Amino acid sequence: MASLKNLSKKSKSQSMGMHAEVLKGRTQQRFFDSEEAENFYYFGNYDVDFNKRTELDVKNMEASQANKKIDELMSQGYGTIVIKNPQGKHSLGVGILNKLNLIFEGSLGYFGVGSCDGLNVRITGRVGWSCAQNLMAGKVVVEKNAGSSFGAAIRGGDLICKGSVGARTGIDMKGGTIIVGGDAGAFTGFMMQRGRIIVLGDVGINLGDSMYDGTIFIGGKIGSFGSDAIEAELTSIDKEWLKRKLKVAEIGENFDVNKIKKIVAGKKLWNYDNLEPTEKKGAI
Amino acid sequence: MCGIAGLIHKDKSVNIGAELQSMLQALKHRGPDSTGYALYGDTDGQNFIMRFIVGENVGEGSNAVNEETSVYDERKKLVDKRLADMGVTIIKEERLTPYSLRYEIKYDKDLMAFSKKIESVPMVEILSIGKSLELIKDIGDAKQVCDRYNLSKIKGTHAIGHARMATESGVDIKSAHPFWGYPFSDVSVVHNGQLTNYWNNRRALENKGMRFMSECDSELIAVYLAEKMRKGATLAEGMKDSLTGLDGVFTYFVATKDSLGMAKDTMAAKPLVLYESDNLIAMGSEEIAIRAILPQEIDTYDPYEGEVKVWQV
Repeated sequence: MASLKNLSKKSKSQSMGMHAEVLKGRTQQRFFDSEEAENFYYFGNYDVDFNKRTELDVKNMEASQANKKIDELMSQGYGTIVIKNPQGKHSLGVGILNKLNLIFEGSLGYFGVGSCDGLNVRITGRVGWSCAQNLMAGKVVVEKNAGSSFGAAIRGGDLICKGSVGARTGIDMKGGTIIVGGDAGAFTGFMMQRGRIIVLGDVGINLGDSMYDGTIFIGGKIGSFGSDAIEAELTSIDKEWLKRKLKVAEIGENFDVNKIKKIVAGKKLWNYDNLEPTEKKGAI
Repeated sequence: MCGIAGLIHKDKSVNIGAELQSMLQALKHRGPDSTGYALYGDTDGQNFIMRFIVGENVGEGSNAVNEETSVYDERKKLVDKRLADMGVTIIKEERLTPYSLRYEIKYDKDLMAFSKKIESVPMVEILSIGKSLELIKDIGDAKQVCDRYNLSKIKGTHAIGHARMATESGVDIKSAHPFWGYPFSDVSVVHNGQLTNYWNNRRALENKGMRFMSECDSELIAVYLAEKMRKGATLAEGMKDSLTGLDGVFTYFVATKDSLGMAKDTMAAKPLVLYESDNLIAMGSEEIAIRAILPQEIDTYDPYEGEVKVWQV
């Protein structure tokens, strides 16, 4: 190791292994083209036309084959792709970093439309675990129910489920909005760091457990609060935002937003404070 | 990770073996080590069906010790002698593999005493006793086990099954699911998950006279429920009690002659997808299991944490 005394603060931390990660993503210069009209560009993406529409029957395809075919269709300029017979297959429509209208006529299994950026997705059936995990931007609408870990670790975009969702909805989410028309299971918003979750129905136990930040809005009954999740005042700005969001999401337009409870992080866990161990115990 | 599946036909008898095979084969990626079926077939309900093994499958992937077929023959003779000593009449006898047998027997006394006597023969294990239950488990995927035991022709109303990825114990028949709810006839259990208070519960239950044949944590669920039912609890009561009595992560199914139930732990850590209609209920660890028998668009949902459901067939 070089002499730490002679290094700048940043180099010092890197030498000590504190900043060893290599960040990749659309905010990095490598993928960013400032000349692009929309200020948004991924290397290797396609200029597609939303009015150019096609159908793809994936009944007899493996997920990898289906995903390659979607990529091939985008390369041909198709901007609206209708997927027929998804039949609960896992990992369909994943890793698409392109503007695209993607419509699934049926249900998806695990990890549906995961790690995507910029899509507009509609799923007429249900989705299994971890739908749209790591979504960066775009809109995903699920017409029926969703499994657990719905919207795990999303960074942005709108993720909408018109039915009910399973446990750990929005776990580890870092941005974006999740909207649920029905009920949600245990540990909703578990360890969320940013973003907003709206559940119009009831939620299970341990709501917002260990959340760092972000906001959760609940329209129904709450099973129990998780560690460090607390109720906050619902402001007029919140109400306006909720009305607008529910309208755009085509879900619960007539829902009385005054009934909604707002839950935020109490910020009393170890990562926020200098409390003594006994005080930390009290916070938990 | 393991895969579990179950189904109930409410108003008719169908090829339940073939249907469950399709469901479990769709879940093969969750557990390729062994597969088990608990099929509730059409019988006249007069005689007991006893499925038992006199040794292990020592084929590829097995953790079992290799043994000669002649050893199995000797054990079978000892079982036959004990049956004769107890005055049991063997109505029909089938040897499906060198190590696995199916007997139809006439017997009307205590099943626990009966089981203890049969299992006093070394390496002999009763997989199930029931008047409707056919419990089959072996190393291999769903299709291999189904073909080996000719299960596709078995008709019935309900069934549960399991595709196992061995994590807590060896790859062998005794650790495979389903587990029989000894000493109750027609009770079987399949489980996906891990139980963390297995040894504490096992010691307590063994002290109460219950029997464990494997070191697989899932066997605890069958024994736990059997013990509750022995004390007079209903199946649903026993299952609700298990949510706090069992520690860990689990989704499990339990089936009897005329009912089928599911329970999910309070963390909802293990998956389950359910489909319910007027005449069919299908459930599995993943939706693709249900889609294997229902390719059309259907409405399914995930049960929530701490949920227990029991359906009557």
